[in-house]
Amino acid sequence: MSDKTVDRLASNTPVRVARKIKGLSDRAIAWIFVGPTIFLLLAINIFPLIWTINLSFTNFKANRLNREVEYIGLRNYERILGDSDIWLSMQATAHFLFWTLFFQVLIGFALAWLINRKFRGNDLWTTIIVLPMMLSPAVVGNFWTFLYQPQIGLFNYVVTFFTGGDPSGFEMLGSVDLAPWAIVIVDTWMWTPFVMLICLAGLRSIPDYIYEAAEIDRASKLRQFFTITIPMVLPFLMLAVLFRGIENFKMFDLVVQLTGGGPGSTTEMASINLKREAFEKWRTGYSSAFAIILFVTVFGLASIYVKALNKVKER
Amino acid sequence: MKQLKLASVGVLSLAAAAVANNAQADDLTLCWAAWDPANALVELSKDFEAQSGHTMNFEFVPWPNFADRMLNELNSGGKLCDLLIGDSQWIGGGAENGHYVKLNDFFDKEGISMDDFAPATVYAYSTWPKGTPNYYALPAMGDANGWFYRKDWFGRDDIKAAYKEATGEELGEPKSQKEMLKIAQFFQGREIDGKKVYGAAIFTERGSEGITMGATSALYPWGFKYENTPGKYDMEGAVNSPEAVEALEFYKEFYKTATPPGYTNSYMGESLDAFKSGQVAMAMNWFAFFPGLYADADTGGDKIDFFVNPPQNQAGSTLGGQGISVISYSEKKDASLEYIKWFSNPDVQAKWWSMGGYSAHNSVLNADTFKDSAPFAGDFLEAMENVQDFWQEPAYAELLLAMQKRVHDYVVADQGSAQEALDKLIEDWTEVFEDEGKL
Repeated sequence: MSDKTVDRLASNTPVRVARKIKGLSDRAIAWIFVGPTIFLLLAINIFPLIWTINLSFTNFKANRLNREVEYIGLRNYERILGDSDIWLSMQATAHFLFWTLFFQVLIGFALAWLINRKFRGNDLWTTIIVLPMMLSPAVVGNFWTFLYQPQIGLFNYVVTFFTGGDPSGFEMLGSVDLAPWAIVIVDTWMWTPFVMLICLAGLRSIPDYIYEAAEIDRASKLRQFFTITIPMVLPFLMLAVLFRGIENFKMFDLVVQLTGGGPGSTTEMASINLKREAFEKWRTGYSSAFAIILFVTVFGLASIYVKALNKVKER
Repeated sequence: MKQLKLASVGVLSLAAAAVANNAQADDLTLCWAAWDPANALVELSKDFEAQSGHTMNFEFVPWPNFADRMLNELNSGGKLCDLLIGDSQWIGGGAENGHYVKLNDFFDKEGISMDDFAPATVYAYSTWPKGTPNYYALPAMGDANGWFYRKDWFGRDDIKAAYKEATGEELGEPKSQKEMLKIAQFFQGREIDGKKVYGAAIFTERGSEGITMGATSALYPWGFKYENTPGKYDMEGAVNSPEAVEALEFYKEFYKTATPPGYTNSYMGESLDAFKSGQVAMAMNWFAFFPGLYADADTGGDKIDFFVNPPQNQAGSTLGGQGISVISYSEKKDASLEYIKWFSNPDVQAKWWSMGGYSAHNSVLNADTFKDSAPFAGDFLEAMENVQDFWQEPAYAELLLAMQKRVHDYVVADQGSAQEALDKLIEDWTEVFEDEGKL
């Protein structure tokens, strides 16, 4: 049957094309097909990466094309790693990363667990919950800027409704203490539905007979949760953490809209700092070195994490 | 045969006319920031279109994105703009990186003299290296940071009495920075006509240039200098002088005690909004906005008045404004130069002022009627006599962003002391000048 199909397909090949490829090995034909993809990959990903590595050892500035470019060895890397402001931006990124992942996993899993139960309006609630992640980060940023406005913002009114006090008595975006939490709240609001959807897929992939077997063995609901639900959803949860972790490490748009990195440099993430160095100060060599450091960090952490994820899957 | 010759001549004549027309009538694009004076320039330029046959197109970019957008355009050798009204601080980069056409020969040929323009504007908007007779722009729009206030509130007997009781002084236009703070603190949180109002709107914006422009409005009157010796980049003792420290502490106190809540990232737009919505008694902003403010139906007219940035140890205002340059990548340089020639005409400059643009031409500024031509005209003249500008070096963006960070960290984010902020600023600036090979 398969031979006949192959023959039929071969006979459909136009004669001129057939003549041209006649005599080419399977390997050569395979290269013809994958060649363009490999070329694009090299041109769009690999070449810029190598070029960036090359630039990171220079004092090149993209706005000073008439200035002589000098190779300065590892000086850019030394300056970055010894710059306290860079470490502050890495701390701000780590704070944002940790707490957004923590809340999104916690709330996302809880929501998925609730939604997974059969009840009326289940689909409607799912749709309502996933709405925030369908919005543009620029829209969400502007929207929450108004909500956080101390004089007219709804957020302050809601908080002081429960806690008492003057709504304009605190500034979510203007306070050094509150601004890092303000951006965590917004990112959690926007992206928890994403984690919920992945967890929901995990929960729905657990066959009912496993729970039925546990019921027969008189396992309590709590035990079922910790010995069946959590282990079987864990690979999905870890995948969600990986996706959100990589995204939030690069977080830029939402935070720029909300705080612009301020007050001061309190919420200046590594990506915002990088953008300022590269496209506002035009320190191309320096920012290339910074980009390479960030790339190695994300790549290294993600590789370790993927290995852990594979081990969990194998269990 | 004769008919054929005639036909050939006719066709050639038409072709020549078409070529001539193409050479004469160009589509020019002028790039600037999107604000009130830009709209006035569109109207003004209609005269140029009628006179020259060229068509003017405009590319206006909102202020927060103006520098990013235009500097990217210049750095990439873009041909979007034939003419650019670029910020004064860009002149160094524009000249050294070859973005702007040097205008000396053109000025000589057309008889355009820089002596016809206010010296401060020529120095700030046109020359590079600073103060040398190398011109890369024609002063297009004089500007400085000034103040406006609610004249109707200041004139109310109950408010005047309350101020007198609180301070022992008469309420009026402030004569010093410290008096201005006192007035702003008096209004802060006060209820006027059943509405809670605040002292003043000042610049605190972090992303572009806002807080630097605001803070320098305090630093200059205290006597702040960038260098001990001009051109030597010797900043120690100048940038972090005791006067500079005091001025920065003053600006922070102003921000903490006399501005509306949530005013952590505010620039021109926020200042205008705060004033027009009746939220503040005073506000700082560029003179360029004053015609629009005066014309505002709710808070303009007899409800508003203007004053120059008050002195403290000396008079000093932060310079705004721009010069108009021809972009070296433009393919329509001749037509662009024609525009500059037309724009430098005293009659056009007079019309420019009458339409809301701030002419820097002496024939306009020195006219007997100028001071009375608008309620802020006298203040504008006074401000322009004592303006000071930020670094205009090719590396100005790095210098500016360093100051944005250090000042915002101290004033808004409450980190460290004023002395530390200015010391760190010197470190940042030293690093930039070392990279530039100037130190």
